[in-house]
Amino acid sequence: MSEVMKTCLYDSHVALGARIEDFAGYLMPIVYTKITEEHQAVRTNVGMFDVSHMGEITVKGKDALRFVDYVFSGEITTKEIGKVVYGMLLYENGTIVDDLLVYKVSETECFLVVNASNQDKDYSWLLKNQGGFEVAVINRSHDFAEVAVQGPKAEQILDELFDLNLDTMNFFTFKFANILGQEVIISRTGYTGEDGFEIYSDPETIRVLWKVLLQEGVTPCGLGARDTLRFEAALPLYGHEISDSITPLEAGFKFFVDFEKGDFIGKSSLQKDLEEGSKRRLVGIELSEMAIPRQGYKVFVDDEEVGYVTTGYLSISLNKPIALALLRSDKAKIGTKITVEIRKKHYQGFIRDKKFLVKNYKK
Amino acid sequence: MSTVLEGLYYSEDHEWVKVIEGNVVLVGITDFAQQQLGAIVFVDMPEVGSKVTFEDEFGAVESVKAASDLMSPVTGSVIAVNEDLVSEPELINEDPYRAWIIKVAVDDMSELENLLDSASYQKISR
Repeated sequence: MSEVMKTCLYDSHVALGARIEDFAGYLMPIVYTKITEEHQAVRTNVGMFDVSHMGEITVKGKDALRFVDYVFSGEITTKEIGKVVYGMLLYENGTIVDDLLVYKVSETECFLVVNASNQDKDYSWLLKNQGGFEVAVINRSHDFAEVAVQGPKAEQILDELFDLNLDTMNFFTFKFANILGQEVIISRTGYTGEDGFEIYSDPETIRVLWKVLLQEGVTPCGLGARDTLRFEAALPLYGHEISDSITPLEAGFKFFVDFEKGDFIGKSSLQKDLEEGSKRRLVGIELSEMAIPRQGYKVFVDDEEVGYVTTGYLSISLNKPIALALLRSDKAKIGTKITVEIRKKHYQGFIRDKKFLVKNYKK
Repeated sequence: MSTVLEGLYYSEDHEWVKVIEGNVVLVGITDFAQQQLGAIVFVDMPEVGSKVTFEDEFGAVESVKAASDLMSPVTGSVIAVNEDLVSEPELINEDPYRAWIIKVAVDDMSELENLLDSASYQKISR
């Protein structure tokens, strides 16, 4: 990946005056106006994100579901068609290749949506493990562009424009629909802690959709706001809360690992962890003094280093310095007093739950 | 385009220095720096009475996304910090040459010769 790529919406980002940076090999908009304004648009109204950099992979064939259940932490075989499941691809040792969404398209086909930064690694990983399964794994990233429309007004504006009957759609389901005369995949999913939808189609359709939504006053939001929003909702970002050196149990995502289903890659390691207890745990941290805990800053309990910050911000919604941090389990109890080292000084704070924000999902 | 004021001294780290009188100076960040940072949400300032040293970190300005160290353009003692920035850090975005960060009694004013004049700074801040 030497050449930096552009999404089909790049020209629009430039025309809107976005600050553009290389992210995962794509020239992506970081912010159009102000991160705080874009953040609040999603919390209180409706905003949209160009997420065309995300990777899409189709798995199809007689053994498609059995294969996905073998490489994925979640369970897909018994789910209804039209269901979306969040989970992870795991290494044998239980650490994480990537986190992803799996769309159950039929009894012989799944649609996987993976992180842009990991898409080549994921694709190779799937190919490497497909032995013994009658399945085709197809990288479709170049066929699809994607827009995420997020916020309490997302359903209303999309239904008014395109008559999609979205009120009948449950959280974490998808359907094929018609927008502007073209077939799209639309799911009630997102990465903001708000209700919202993610729409996948060919680049030309997404370009027109984006233009229509802009004209309707939907706020374009950059990756800056995408990160502050997902952080407040305690949603993990690969490379921060989860990685190839962190397990889903440490990160607090046991819920997304289905131990009841058959064998899957990483299962035996995680089962051992489950019995012995994880050595580290992801917690929330709130500082009592004004300072901003950033990724990598060290966390101390009684002057002993016990872990580090995975993501931290001066929370836009709460106006408080909060962070997610990966700490030694024996020091990770809620209420424990901690300090965070910031520019060689120690700032007081405490361990708290990760519910920084009440999520506003439509169940 | 960013603004550069005449009559100030500038560091390559994008701080400005304004001589008030005698050896007393104000230090802030330039228009170019605030544009690069984006919306500033917090300014970490040193304590009054503390020492600052030429090219050493003395605090930070933080945008939503990132912290950026402040490197002192002078050596001396901090005699005041701009308390307005505690509640309104965005003043730096609005008027970077008015929103000073620290007031310093400089040990040796000849040290300012290390800094750039407005014409030289203009060249590196485009």
